[in-house]
Amino acid sequence: MSDKLVEIRDLKKHFPVMKGLVFQETIGLVKAVDGVSYSIGSGETVGLVGESGCGKTTTMKMVLMLEKPTSGAIIFRGQDIQSLAGKDLKAYRKGVQAVFQDPYSSLNPRIRVGDIIAEPLVVNESLPRAKVKERVQELLSLVGLRPGAADLFPHEFSGGQRQRIAIARALSLNPSLIILDEPVSALDVSIRAQIMNLLQDLQEQFGVSYLLIAHDLAAVLHLSTTVAVMYLGKIVELATSEQLRTQPLHPYAQALFSAALPVHPDEQREEIIVTGEIPSPLNPPSGCRFHPRCPFVKPICSEVEPVLKQIDTDHQVACHLFG
Amino acid sequence: MAQPVLELKQLQTYFFSAQGTRVVKAVDGVTFTLNEGETLGIVGESGSGKTVTSMSILRLLPAAARIVGGEMWFQGENLLTKSEREMRALRGSQLTMILQDPMMSLNPLFTIGEQIAEPLRIHRHMRGTRLVERIKELLRGVRIPSPEVRLREYPHQMSGGMRQRIVGAICISCEPRLLIADEPTTSLDVTIQAQYLSLLKDIQKEKRLAMIFITHNIGIIAKMCDNVGVMYAGKLVERAPVRTIFNNPAHPYTEALLHAVPSLTERTDRLWSIEGQPPDLANPPAGCPFNPRCPKAEDRCRREVPPEFQVGENHYTRCWLWEGR
Repeated sequence: MSDKLVEIRDLKKHFPVMKGLVFQETIGLVKAVDGVSYSIGSGETVGLVGESGCGKTTTMKMVLMLEKPTSGAIIFRGQDIQSLAGKDLKAYRKGVQAVFQDPYSSLNPRIRVGDIIAEPLVVNESLPRAKVKERVQELLSLVGLRPGAADLFPHEFSGGQRQRIAIARALSLNPSLIILDEPVSALDVSIRAQIMNLLQDLQEQFGVSYLLIAHDLAAVLHLSTTVAVMYLGKIVELATSEQLRTQPLHPYAQALFSAALPVHPDEQREEIIVTGEIPSPLNPPSGCRFHPRCPFVKPICSEVEPVLKQIDTDHQVACHLFG
Repeated sequence: MAQPVLELKQLQTYFFSAQGTRVVKAVDGVTFTLNEGETLGIVGESGSGKTVTSMSILRLLPAAARIVGGEMWFQGENLLTKSEREMRALRGSQLTMILQDPMMSLNPLFTIGEQIAEPLRIHRHMRGTRLVERIKELLRGVRIPSPEVRLREYPHQMSGGMRQRIVGAICISCEPRLLIADEPTTSLDVTIQAQYLSLLKDIQKEKRLAMIFITHNIGIIAKMCDNVGVMYAGKLVERAPVRTIFNNPAHPYTEALLHAVPSLTERTDRLWSIEGQPPDLANPPAGCPFNPRCPKAEDRCRREVPPEFQVGENHYTRCWLWEGR
């Protein structure tokens, strides 16, 4: 793996559940993220896949410093981001940008596109106005929009074009990491491919790293170098996308593959339809959190929690069936 | 062959502005036949007219929209000449629909049991213990555990997947002949989606239901459907049996759609993307609506709207490339 840009070490986020209005007491903890470790190299894409409630979004928020971790550390270029202050903190915020799922709510409808893209520049860098304008034009052409787009408002664009605007804004400060939270799931199929290709081109051109969060396994495998499969706040499998594609090991990862839709009607896949629903993270099952739904469950699974074990180079899995 | 469950011939549903000066041709000449036990998939992007087609079949169109042409036959009866009263007797009993978001289609103020009971009371005049027994049977049918307890619960007490199964139970309660599912799984997680799709398939097999599956997801089409209609700008640009669509797509739009999704099993370096945007139906391009984005467009495509050409057995497309072949 190349040099590490971001390293996430045993990250946890527990949300207390309160009871009472005045004399509040904690009656439980939602362990949204419970001991997650991975790293992102420069120019790499790390994908997080999993269903709702698995902790993908909370992880993302902690990297963006929108939530404070309960414990664990996020190391950015050798420094723990929680110890950053002043200039260093500002540099971190400049270096990490985000593109969100819904381009209809992530762009302010009252601000012209040119100003939306320029805002990070105006806030973070004291550039003369002409320079800002020049940079906006450059960014617009990078993401494939006409120069005239700068004078229009977001409602004058379609979903795909808006997502391009959001990408241009994220790129404006030359960040080293862009967090992509379901960047294509709100878009139409033909537009999705355009945006995925654009993201790949930009990564090639600028060497930016991506932290990609999505529930569409095929899209994550397509864009990522490394993929972490998450279930109820834990990483159950961490592998390169090629290893995961050819040999998913964890029963949950296999179930995700089996549940994913075919690309051809004759495509035959082993049917592993997991039964039941995702348990509440307020009261996760004992032992392995997947054991109530797992088709290969053994007695040990309900007692001992499996840890991530190295199976192969760059392939880790947390399951009692292995190692 | 037996009588088809549903037959649409050149259906046209247009939206009119208040002064009648602007016309949006949301559905423009849709033709298909659906037999008992068959699933037709309608695939297309947002704004292509998929939902307006299904709402036209149920005749639940907004005030601005009117069916201006074509025919709709349901089990040999003309749906267009039916009175509102006759339509109401069909909706919810013979013709039913599952919508995208179960939180919107269930009433949060009534229990699950009451909501399943409503169509049974209205259409089947069921009362008392017979009604309760039927509700439990339906809940068991959609694999809801402990139905005796669940029927007294409210929608917010259930997960998204369960709510969508409840909607399914309501739809099949009066043993319909046609079920329209409009993006039924977009709000569900993948493993729950897989459960739901296999449930729908089982129900369909058991009841020999005719189904229309409306989706933007090619994968759902591959998994669920027998026949496919590809919709673009209010027109079915291609219709064929599902294997034909996947093996020999005739229309350039279908071909591009199939290549625009990443595969789970094979590595692709770059996706085949369709440049440009879907057309604005209030102001469609001249000629074939796909021509501004079509890599194979010729002069004629920019001038004349292509009619439907037959490509093979049960395989039709609206593309000039197939003229006279």
